[in-house]
Amino acid sequence: MQQPNKLSPFFENLNFERDDNTMVINFGPQHPSAHGQLRLVLELDGEQVVKAYPDIGYLHRGIEKMAENMTYNEFLPTTDRLDYIASTSNNYAYALAVEKLLGIEAPRRAQVIRTMLLELNRIISHLFFVATHALDVGAMSVFLYAFREREFAMDLMEDYCGARLTHSSVRIGGVPLDIPSDWMVNMRKFCDTVDYELEHTYNALLQENRIWKMRLEDVGVLTPEDAMSWGCSGPMLRGSGIAYDIRKEEPYELYSELDFDIPVAETNDSYGRYRLYMAEMKQSTRMIRQLIGMYDETEPQLMAHAPQYISAPKEEIMTQNYALMQHFVLVTQGMRPPKGEVYVPTESPKGELGFYIKSEGEPYAYRLKCRAPSFFHTGLLQEILVGTYIADVVTIIGSTNIVFGEVDR
Amino acid sequence: MRKYTPKDNVQGKAYYTDRFHVVPSVPTFDVATDEVFAKQLATLEAKVTIKSAKIMLGQMIVEINHEDNFKAIETLKSECDYAILSEMSAVDYLAKDGNFEVFYQLHNLKDVKRMRLVMRIEQGLAVESVVPLYKSANFAEREMFDMFGIVSNNHPFMKRILMPDDWEGNPLLKTYPLHGDEFASWYEVDKIFGKDAREAIGPEIRDQAQIDRYDTKRFSRVGYEVPFGADISEGETETPIEYSKTFLVDYQKADGSKPAEHRK
Repeated sequence: MQQPNKLSPFFENLNFERDDNTMVINFGPQHPSAHGQLRLVLELDGEQVVKAYPDIGYLHRGIEKMAENMTYNEFLPTTDRLDYIASTSNNYAYALAVEKLLGIEAPRRAQVIRTMLLELNRIISHLFFVATHALDVGAMSVFLYAFREREFAMDLMEDYCGARLTHSSVRIGGVPLDIPSDWMVNMRKFCDTVDYELEHTYNALLQENRIWKMRLEDVGVLTPEDAMSWGCSGPMLRGSGIAYDIRKEEPYELYSELDFDIPVAETNDSYGRYRLYMAEMKQSTRMIRQLIGMYDETEPQLMAHAPQYISAPKEEIMTQNYALMQHFVLVTQGMRPPKGEVYVPTESPKGELGFYIKSEGEPYAYRLKCRAPSFFHTGLLQEILVGTYIADVVTIIGSTNIVFGEVDR
Repeated sequence: MRKYTPKDNVQGKAYYTDRFHVVPSVPTFDVATDEVFAKQLATLEAKVTIKSAKIMLGQMIVEINHEDNFKAIETLKSECDYAILSEMSAVDYLAKDGNFEVFYQLHNLKDVKRMRLVMRIEQGLAVESVVPLYKSANFAEREMFDMFGIVSNNHPFMKRILMPDDWEGNPLLKTYPLHGDEFASWYEVDKIFGKDAREAIGPEIRDQAQIDRYDTKRFSRVGYEVPFGADISEGETETPIEYSKTFLVDYQKADGSKPAEHRK
């Protein structure tokens, strides 16, 4: 046993022999395949996991606390830091929750842009998933190809809002900017590229790859009952054979007008979930193509007209006195939503991302709870890892697609 | 009479509120307006006492007594098809009402319905854990314990989750400052260097925007620069540096040679 003191600290990975022949090892929090700051304490019998304990909190920044100390518009860029792989989906989920509370709706053009950005973010996030998941399992080249396409998508995001990772591309009540010229052309090219590469690169490299299938099939099996009990959502829920997609069942934005399918995997394992992600990307490009056609029919208004809560467009602020006064009050004091509470679920690339906001009529949220899908998927690890082998642990963590920005918040 | 404001609430507050400002409310509807919710409420009413029920923004909000939480959620799960516990946490009303509001956000996949079960609980009382019903409550209840100090009885592993195990205080209480309290400012110093080093190191500055007017090791004032670490408690003198001369490019040299190509 170690005798730790100030000069020789306790090394967690040094002594793991126990009386009963099990071994305790410490996975993370700086392990490259821990997808961030996940510390996993594993009790092993030989190579089999007997007990798993996910330890989180290494990236805790108190975002919910910050929400109580920021006005509603101030908090929006902070939501970028939740799921930093697909920031727009966080911005959107938050903006939608506040909009529901205010009782306003974004204008049609903003809705088209938002839906398009959400789907673009889904592709970015799913490409990242495929890349890192394959890298964790040992397929290096997929990572390089997937990041090439992800780069194109991030270029599109950059063209739209100027940022690549922390987008803040959605505002409460609409979007800040219109689509730049040529963006739609590039978007269409990008959709073609993704569709082509999905078929000819990723699927060709992975789908029937013997090693890939051996490593993923029947690994991380999650029964539908467990998936529901653990609060799984998104691809984790659909990967267990439950066809529930918030975009379809509780449609928000323009999803009720779009034509798309909900892929479901019946095998309950990691391979099924991988297939699901690939199929979802295909649906995303399909939706983006429809949205490009919808854009031209819309009026140029980008922000909702609600003078009590939302500043007027810049031209009005610069020319009309009342708009300027109102803008001044909204910037210095912040908007005051009505008293009430709201929970709005959205389908983020990782699962059900919802914001619970309790408003007491003040410019600061009385309580904001971010329901992050990855938080619950991390909790699931303590059960799903038991009985698996140490080599599969990395596969299962990769398959849950957790991002620590939103686990720890 | 002056409006009552809780003195120990240290969260962000509006610095100005119009005297005649009336706070509007989100419209609520009677549960009877929705068939599915009305049926579920009737099922629930047979098992537990219901303090209030309403529909707000498409979701049913039912308030119950905190002793009944397990029974109510068991009924909702087995008889009303609420298969998923999406989220559970608490809201701090200690300053206003002297209690916490604990909420359970439930999700019915079959009828595509969402409801929120809320209950008020005094500080120091524990809630019954719902982990036997929903495993997702495992992490959520730990987080509630960590952030508010509300213990869940019969939880398999009631331990802090986001904050370190030896942390003191519950960060999401309204009485807890944004930048942390006294304990937080010494936590890392004590942990890394030991309590003996407190004097030499000083408390951690957790407010990143904080500027110490007299700290000449890290800050300086434009036009009043002093040597590194100088004592300026008595005031400092204006430095005789003229920035315009230093940074201007001197194109015409005095001796008539070629103009300088670079900035000084």
